Amino acid sequence: MTKNKTDVQVREKKETVLFEQQYIELYEQYTDTICSHSATALNAGRDKAFKKFRELGFPTPQVENYKYTDLREPLSVDYGLNIKRVNFPINPYDVFKCDVPGISAYLYFVVNDAFYPTNYERNKSLPEGVIVTSLRQASEEHSELVEKHISKLADKQNDGLVAFNGAFAQDGFFIYVPKNVILDRPIQIINIMRSDVDFMANSRNLVVVEQGAKAQMLVCDHTVDDVRFFSNRVTEVFVGENAFYEHYKLESVSRETTDVSTLLIKQEQNSNVLGNLLTLHNGVSRNNVEIALDGENCETHLCGMALSDGKQVVDNFTSILHNKPNSHSNELFKYILDDEAKGGFTGRLYVEKDAQKTLAYQNNKNILLKRTAKMRTRPQLEIFADDVKCSHGATIGQLDEKAMFYMRQRGIPEKEARMLLMFAFAADVIEFIRIDALKDRIKKMVEKRLRGGHSKCDGCSFCS
Amino acid sequence: MLEIKNLHASVNGKEILKGIDLTVNKGEVHAIMGPNGSGKSTLASVITGNPAFEVTKGKITYEGQDLLEMAPEQRAGAGVFLSFQYPVEIPGVSMVNFMRAAINEQRKFRGEEPLSASDFLRLMREKKELVEMDSQLTSRSVNEGFSGGEKKRNEIFQMAMLNPKLAILDETDSGLDIDALRIVANGVNKLKTPENASIVITHYQRLLDYIVPDFVHVLYDGKIIKTGYKTLALELEEKGYDWLK
Repeated sequence: MTKNKTDVQVREKKETVLFEQQYIELYEQYTDTICSHSATALNAGRDKAFKKFRELGFPTPQVENYKYTDLREPLSVDYGLNIKRVNFPINPYDVFKCDVPGISAYLYFVVNDAFYPTNYERNKSLPEGVIVTSLRQASEEHSELVEKHISKLADKQNDGLVAFNGAFAQDGFFIYVPKNVILDRPIQIINIMRSDVDFMANSRNLVVVEQGAKAQMLVCDHTVDDVRFFSNRVTEVFVGENAFYEHYKLESVSRETTDVSTLLIKQEQNSNVLGNLLTLHNGVSRNNVEIALDGENCETHLCGMALSDGKQVVDNFTSILHNKPNSHSNELFKYILDDEAKGGFTGRLYVEKDAQKTLAYQNNKNILLKRTAKMRTRPQLEIFADDVKCSHGATIGQLDEKAMFYMRQRGIPEKEARMLLMFAFAADVIEFIRIDALKDRIKKMVEKRLRGGHSKCDGCSFCS
Repeated sequence: MLEIKNLHASVNGKEILKGIDLTVNKGEVHAIMGPNGSGKSTLASVITGNPAFEVTKGKITYEGQDLLEMAPEQRAGAGVFLSFQYPVEIPGVSMVNFMRAAINEQRKFRGEEPLSASDFLRLMREKKELVEMDSQLTSRSVNEGFSGGEKKRNEIFQMAMLNPKLAILDETDSGLDIDALRIVANGVNKLKTPENASIVITHYQRLLDYIVPDFVHVLYDGKIIKTGYKTLALELEEKGYDWLK
């Protein structure tokens, strides 16, 4: 028995080594090309990241942190990479009409991994000092600002895909909100995957919100084509003292898409962060979120929802690190899984020895609509302080049959009753959206999704 | 209106109803009494189509239709209403949305236009007064955090909103203090017309002081063992059920 298992592991290891080998060769052969077409700030750590990737390799289910998501199949696809940075023929401003009514965001596009240059009218009214541009341009024009922050959080990660991103990422977006500037409207970044052949994009983003500033970010993921996509994005966010930062990730992509997104946030004292990860339609999605509360009196809300059917996979791997005393964190994730969908949730909560008076709550609730759907959830609390209040809860269940009958007895048809109950279940995650126009829109999209539709925005021609 | 013939039903393979015969005509109030476990709530569940119960034998005809062939929501649309013994809490679904969905789905079932927003709100206001219901309750989630009495009052409020032809009140009196009981009974009486009928399931005679039945049936071990008039309820109150066995 033991022997067999070892055999399997050896064989699996060999297979993934094969997938990795082509990228290793690509890197070794084209390092100069990668660097010369890249944001210069990313080149400094590139070799080190590559070395780390060679050590760690792609994550297999044998890697503890990835045991709920098997990425071997999506990683075995022969993706094209655009290391020479050829422009893709698309003008997103022409075709894209975001119909979130009243959101009036500053609107930017990232096509695959390239920040799209813009003349969009509203963006001209960005408050003075605020920078939204490509990381490549920022590396030239604001090198000090970029170098002070870039890779500071990513380099500490022990994740093969983050290391891979460090080796291959060439660009991404850069956002800077200077001290005490309050952004009057959200910044919306729309990631569009566009390619005629199976394609992989690695992008690196950097967000700096200085002391006393306030910013809301809405990141929408879309795919245009029906080819296989693999996106591997790493976003580092630095939130200064007394600053407010909200990060909404709205994923509505094709079933052929694998998305690995790593969101790393560092909070200074008295700062307030909200993260909300909404996975409405996808293929395989893995969100890595790490929020470090590096100052006292921080407040952190991290929540998310997944509505999945077919063979969709959603895995949220979250870490909240209470490194200083007197901070409060709250985590809420809800999944509704149908068919053969698979969900994973990991809630790591780490409370440092000195982080007394920490308040930390975590909750993960899940509904399985069919016996074939699977959910795996694990709270991981490591508490080294002795004067804290921490709680966690996880439930996996079905729709309440008694409530179903109650509603049907009042005349509400079964399908509608089911929809109302599922919507009610997801509602408290939606309540964590602090942009009213977005909240209304998400409500409609969730309802549409729960009725079996693809929940794309009506005016958006990008979702198929 | 309702005709039940030789009805047998079971739950989890255990037979609870063992041959019920009951006829309810419009304008009538029927009381069903009986000790715990005699099958009173099962009868209510079977009439309204609760999928947890299996009908093994017998027939129910409602306004000429085979009721057992209809889905619960179709029965509701056709005018069958159950005031639940244990109303269910539905967190996240507001009373207003719930009621609007229920009314408009029932109207749709009957081929009627949905109620306009202003008509709906007017109806809500009117019916809330009828059961003296706290205005705030309707802005909360269905039954969530309601007290026992509020839940029961909410059942009668929903009944008033939906205006059923056949109302089944399953132990609506249990858990009510005397004032609440009077309000609930008052609501039921105000809704009574020569066109509709009700079946009142109760343990105690006291509700029947307020809602006066035309017939009283005693259900025991899955069968109706005695039928009489209002005086039967008083007799039961005095002597218990043992003398009937």
